[in-house]
Amino acid sequence: MQFSEEWLRSMVDPSIGTDELAHLLTMSGLEVEECVPAAPGFSGVVVGEVVAAQPHPNADRLKICEVNAGGERLKVVCGAPNVVVGMKAPFARIGAVLPPQEGKPLEIRRATMRGVESEGMLCSARELGLSDDHSGLLVLPPEAKVGSDVRGVLALDDHIFTIKLTPNRADCLSVLGIAREVAALTGSALRVAAPPAVKAAIADVHTVRITDADGCGRFAGRVIRGVDAKAPTPDWMKRRLERAGQRSISALVDVTNYVMLELGRPLHVYDLDKLRGPIDVRFGRKGEKLQLLNEQTVELDPDVLAITDDSGPIGLAGIMGGESTKADLDTRNVLLEAAFFFPDAIAGRARRFGFSSDASHRFERGVDFDNNVAGIERATQLIVDICGGQPGPVSDNVARLPERKPVAMRVERARRIIGIPLVADEMADAFARLGLPTVRESDRFVVTPPSYRFDLEIEEDLIEEVARVYGFDRIPVQPPRATAVMRSRPERQRSLHAIRAALAAADYHEVINYAFVDEQWERDLAGNANPIRVRNPIASQLAVMRSQLAGGLLANVQHNLNRKMPRVRVFEVGRVFRRSAAVTDGPLEVAGIEQPIRVGGAAFGTAVEEQWGTSSRPVDFFDVKSDVEALLAPRIGRFEPCPLPALHPGRAAKVTVDGRDAGWLGELHPEWQHRFDLPGPVILFELDAAVLQDVPMPAYTPVSRFPAVRRDLAVLVDDHVPAGLMLEALKGGLPPIVESVQVFDLYRGKGVENGKKSLAFRVLLQDTQKTLTDAEVDETMTLALSIIQQRFGGNLRQ
Amino acid sequence: MTVDLDTVVAEAEGAFAATLEAAALEQVKARYLGKAGVIPDLLKGLGKLDPEERREAGARINAAKGRIESALEARRDAIARDALDARLREEALDVTLPGRGRGRGSIHPVIRTWQRIEEIFGSIGFDVADGPEIETDWYNFTALNNPLNHPARSMQDTFYVEGTDSEGLPLLLRTHTSPMQVRYARMHEPPIKVIAPGRTYRVDSDATHSPMFHQVEGLWIDEDISFADLKGVYTNFLHRFFETDQLAVRFRPSFFPFTEPSAEIDMKFESGPLEGRWLEISGAGQVHPKVIRNFGLDPERWIGFAFGSGLERLTMLRYGIDDLRLFFDGDLRFLRQFA
Repeated sequence: MQFSEEWLRSMVDPSIGTDELAHLLTMSGLEVEECVPAAPGFSGVVVGEVVAAQPHPNADRLKICEVNAGGERLKVVCGAPNVVVGMKAPFARIGAVLPPQEGKPLEIRRATMRGVESEGMLCSARELGLSDDHSGLLVLPPEAKVGSDVRGVLALDDHIFTIKLTPNRADCLSVLGIAREVAALTGSALRVAAPPAVKAAIADVHTVRITDADGCGRFAGRVIRGVDAKAPTPDWMKRRLERAGQRSISALVDVTNYVMLELGRPLHVYDLDKLRGPIDVRFGRKGEKLQLLNEQTVELDPDVLAITDDSGPIGLAGIMGGESTKADLDTRNVLLEAAFFFPDAIAGRARRFGFSSDASHRFERGVDFDNNVAGIERATQLIVDICGGQPGPVSDNVARLPERKPVAMRVERARRIIGIPLVADEMADAFARLGLPTVRESDRFVVTPPSYRFDLEIEEDLIEEVARVYGFDRIPVQPPRATAVMRSRPERQRSLHAIRAALAAADYHEVINYAFVDEQWERDLAGNANPIRVRNPIASQLAVMRSQLAGGLLANVQHNLNRKMPRVRVFEVGRVFRRSAAVTDGPLEVAGIEQPIRVGGAAFGTAVEEQWGTSSRPVDFFDVKSDVEALLAPRIGRFEPCPLPALHPGRAAKVTVDGRDAGWLGELHPEWQHRFDLPGPVILFELDAAVLQDVPMPAYTPVSRFPAVRRDLAVLVDDHVPAGLMLEALKGGLPPIVESVQVFDLYRGKGVENGKKSLAFRVLLQDTQKTLTDAEVDETMTLALSIIQQRFGGNLRQ
Repeated sequence: MTVDLDTVVAEAEGAFAATLEAAALEQVKARYLGKAGVIPDLLKGLGKLDPEERREAGARINAAKGRIESALEARRDAIARDALDARLREEALDVTLPGRGRGRGSIHPVIRTWQRIEEIFGSIGFDVADGPEIETDWYNFTALNNPLNHPARSMQDTFYVEGTDSEGLPLLLRTHTSPMQVRYARMHEPPIKVIAPGRTYRVDSDATHSPMFHQVEGLWIDEDISFADLKGVYTNFLHRFFETDQLAVRFRPSFFPFTEPSAEIDMKFESGPLEGRWLEISGAGQVHPKVIRNFGLDPERWIGFAFGSGLERLTMLRYGIDDLRLFFDGDLRFLRQFA
């Protein structure tokens, strides 16, 4: 909502300055987004009358004018094409300061132009910073008093307010509405009288029928015959409209806009001679078409309210009129419409057709249903004054008006919600200032909302009004008093932040990637031909929901490589999205879709930052596997070969923890490495956050006081036998005195037959009850060897 | 007695001092204390003396021997010490060389903010809620008193995804973190005291809007949690988050479907580059009775406040970051500043 301070102050004029007024509005919920001067500053410019003009002897385009600037007559050289004797134009005297054109303010000095001295300057609108018009002098009205300050004549010492209104305050979509608010907040009187009725000069009435009273509650109309649509809009009206952001179009249109801005009362003006029979307000029918004033043609359907006549639809009710009945400059006879349409019948319709209008903006939110006739009277007066014409009587068709149910507010409830011991008198004062009809009962107030308020329906609405008028600023900043109860995270649960901290400590940088990705990533990297698609993506590469994190991480690697960062280690903690019939609606679930949080990482470049102390080599599977193992600790993951679309088939592992699926780890498939244009391998992992968060309680066992025995076992097995399985078999098959089994050496090559490898296991044995005997140790190692021999076809390495 | 013992001792001491290595020292030692050394020779000569003289000369010779022995011991220690010193000198490192080993990563600045907020609110007993990002219409809109025709529900504002809920309405990407509050409130008994941080989505993408961003919502429901308490808690939060009390906070009336009275919260730094400007930081208010009812609670008994703030905005103000897009680029030159 945009308006000029001058217009507002014509209705309410509190004794506070512009800044204070803006602050007051902002702090009452009408946020002033902008408050700017209506015109740039300048001084020394007065109304000048051109009393004589002669050609310049030395220049074809210049004239030597004699200007009456109030008393003296001055000689002025002027190059404007429109300068004529008798005109009035802004005259900058010697010493006048004009707004800056490029940087510095311009001071007018005595100047000689082509040999003739000029004692000042006649100005264009652009030279005064009023508009971009530089086609000629700014023409001032003939009644402007010669010698008077142009700022006063053009009312330039004004400010333009722009208010960001919240959708509940449709009553403030007019200067009157804002004025009511200012009056309530300052206690200044509202100087607004009901528009006087204009007497009917003719008896003409145009018949109006309201078929759908659910959509149209009221339709007031008036015929005015014999108007001059070409009459110019008066300057004062143009000025107020322009400062409210409305361009002047024609007198008839300007008047309707003016009354809408002044009273919040949208009007429409029809060319009476173009109407075909009575007007009927009804919902549209499938297939009906209508060309609108904005030249757009729309198709109606049964939930779009239309103004119709015998020719069919002639306007979208509460949104925009139709082209066929539009009043133009040749119009002689008009029908004025001041209707009430229910918000539910208007809301969303304009947007559906892809535009919005001042009328729809207001009707969607709620328009005063009690000022239809006042609006017509006001508009009639203005039209008759400007365009002439003879008005008929107002015909007011009322079908059904919104109810205004009284709303009760309990004093105690208001105190409890606001949190301060407000006295009832203060509440009564708030209602009185807002002009809300109120009945005060012993411990409550009963308010009947006025016709212009659509936001007062429940007790809280009134509590808000009380708090607002009392002032949010005056409510104390109060640290709450509450029962103190301790809260702790379960010891068995690790926070996501702890997981992030662990990854950051392991040299990974956290990233945040979009959850919607390129469909191709899903197809290629996740083998997902049927991802969850976004119905209205903002870009084709953000069209589907990701089912894994890898794509985004690879894009991060690529982004940094392109910026000469040769080593990239990134991780992300975020949700992925998969269809799953197994998921039903639950306290934290949405049926049909699994949305687990995953922890994913990517490592590219050297294993460690290139440095003097460590030889440089590319990061490999086992570097990242150790990061994954550290993340899983104290639980121990099981890694099994498992081909995945994103990964190198021989360097990919599925991870399980205690039988639970925990994610995967592997090297990016060379094909995708090529596709992502990466000059080396990337190691990726993705783990389930829930598995990582689930940590065991430490389980105490007594520390043995007896010495441990270490034995090594070196075996030869076929190269393809997984070491992990051998370790598992040893751990599972050996007696409890075996404390741990580890692989401490792997060897292929000289001395080992082709196709075989040598693995060396370190076995640590210990008993909690006694010192182990050699016999017990030997027996255990024999068992270990037999496990390797029988299960894996291995042999002792000689 | 032809030998001056003092001279012998002085000679021995001189010889020891002139010796630089442990092995050579042992040879020098033999010259004085060895079988054929000076001192044993002198002791052998004692036999020729009468007992009176012998006792007296023996005592003198043994005293000289003692002095030589301790000179030897001192020299041995000195040589060993020198040797150790030499070795240590040799073993000295350039301690200014950087340490060997792995580098250190970083936590994303928005997540850093997220974590700090959890800690700050946790300090007065706020729990942390979680919930799905693909949501149903009911949790995202209806439960929060958003009318069916509300523009927020349009495809221009809300991302919709394939799939429908039990009402047949299309699933959506949550546009705010409020659905998590609704879910939490329905799972817990009052008093409810929770924050809900997380990712949110809106159809908006330009220099100052990201289609995916983060919010944190707070909710406190009890029998007497008022608007004044909201002012207290949120102001306290801002002072702790920015670690300064030199921060003005103001509450302005506003409108949200899910709160009433509703407030827009602005803050103003009293120093620094943004000094003196009011900055919008949060929307808040007393939870609307319809929303309380949708929590499954009786609004006559349970009241309280809710607020919502953007994590990116808080992060930008905290660290002076001036470009929203940096958060989602994954650029290491930016991220590693938050190690």
